[in-house]
Amino acid sequence: MARAQTARPASYTAPTLPKDNVKRLPPAPIRPVRKVEVQRPSAWRARLTANGLPWLLPLALLGLWYLGVERGWLSEQVLPPPAYVYETLSELISTGDLWVNAAASLQRVVVGFALGAGIGVTLGLAMGLSKTVEDYLLPTFNALVQIPVLGWLPFALLVFGIGEPLKYVLIAKAAMVPITLCTLQAFHQAPKGLLEVGRAYGFSRWQSVVGIVLPAAIPTFFTGLRLGFTKAWLSLVVVELVASSEGLGYLIVYGRQLFQLDLVMAAVVVVGAIGLVIDRGFDYVERRLNRSRPSAAGGLS
Amino acid sequence: MSTAIAVSTATHRYRGWVVPIVAIAVWWLASNQGWSNSGLLVSPEKVAATAWDQITSGKFWRAISASLTRNLSGFFIGTTLGLALGCLLGLSRTFERLVGPSFNTFKQISLFAWIPLISVWFGLGDVAKVVFLSLAALVPVVVNTCDGLRNVPPNLLEVARVYRFSRWQTIFGVMLPAALPSIFTGLYLALVYSWLATIGAEYLLVSGEGIGNTLIDGSEHFMMDLVLFGMVVIGLVGWSLNALARVVERRMQRLYGIAPR
Repeated sequence: MARAQTARPASYTAPTLPKDNVKRLPPAPIRPVRKVEVQRPSAWRARLTANGLPWLLPLALLGLWYLGVERGWLSEQVLPPPAYVYETLSELISTGDLWVNAAASLQRVVVGFALGAGIGVTLGLAMGLSKTVEDYLLPTFNALVQIPVLGWLPFALLVFGIGEPLKYVLIAKAAMVPITLCTLQAFHQAPKGLLEVGRAYGFSRWQSVVGIVLPAAIPTFFTGLRLGFTKAWLSLVVVELVASSEGLGYLIVYGRQLFQLDLVMAAVVVVGAIGLVIDRGFDYVERRLNRSRPSAAGGLS
Repeated sequence: MSTAIAVSTATHRYRGWVVPIVAIAVWWLASNQGWSNSGLLVSPEKVAATAWDQITSGKFWRAISASLTRNLSGFFIGTTLGLALGCLLGLSRTFERLVGPSFNTFKQISLFAWIPLISVWFGLGDVAKVVFLSLAALVPVVVNTCDGLRNVPPNLLEVARVYRFSRWQTIFGVMLPAALPSIFTGLYLALVYSWLATIGAEYLLVSGEGIGNTLIDGSEHFMMDLVLFGMVVIGLVGWSLNALARVVERRMQRLYGIAPR
């Protein structure tokens, strides 16, 4: 360093670059400025489209619906005006009819689901824990599963009559199938590596099931519960459409029979809304579960 | 360990037959020994006789062909519309923003809740049934097609960009092949759902012929033999559709795997 200083002449000045050379350099500040200019309107427009666009289609449909009835393109019996449906819905809420029927439906679905989940978990556990039980039961189970709930309906109608047991049994059947299959699948998917570690440590069968298989099974098991509840809700509507004297499905049939389509539509909206709330609830719980045990989810795949 | 399991399943194949055979034996005993004099306890022979009568008299063929025609026409209409809608949703961000939320809300409404409205708008005939079936087939196809197109591996898209693929080339050469398994899942589900919906439509929109109507007949006239026969047929048809879809899926995947690029 010292030598470099002595070698340099005292009157050293850096050679100035030729002026035309400077001119040829790209104008530096323009780029960021241009970026900012482009970004501002695009962000604003993106927010507008992101928030506004989803509402466009429902609003257009609603407008078309309103216009169609107003102009008499369709008669009111075939398509009641939106205001009328809204009125019916608020009337249902204020008279308490909605709560009575929704409570009846929810009770059926909860009892049926609990029954189905209990049987499903027991069956799934039994088949998962013992290969012998699986060998004996799974083929029969698979064969019976091929018949959908609607196929069982006439059979159950003859056996159980038209009362509440019919609804519980059919909803339980619908919920049981995915829960059993997912519980069984959870056992089959148990992380092989961890099971080997368990064997190396001389885990007993009980220890390896409680310590390894069950923790890894939670996400799959939960998927089963979620699917089961979705199926149970779907079958509830079917069962109530066919045979019931109260409940949301009954409201739909009743409205259809009296040709009060406003009532039908209001009930359909409520059915959809409850389905949406349940789905979102399960979604939320599932995400919470997966967040708290990311390793288990990774180990399953 | 896996080979041990395979061997044990092979030697224990007979175990799967134990439960059904015992169940049928108990059923046969129960009906023949007169353990219960309920009219609902029909003997296995009676069910077999009813099945034979239905098949030889041609009633069964008429019912099953009516049901299958309905099922397949609804399936084709629903999947065609579903594929178009799913592709649009998967490929265009703007369209997704415009239609996606509405579709997701619509999807939440339990399928069978549409039947009363459809019966008012389209009557009770085949048109209403096919509309309902198309609706049943449409939803899973749209969801899975859209998901498949959305989840194309980004590195494939980057390769396409490096090779300066045009938009069409990217869609047909990269995105659609990558989404194919997911699209198949959608079609497969659509087949399952549309069969379920066929029974539902025949059950709730009562008119004409079909396997569902056979079941209703049996149920209304307290003929358990007819009901049991209908249930077996429904299960068998569902199973065959399942198996068929799986074979086609495997064939297509192999075909696609062999095909150059």
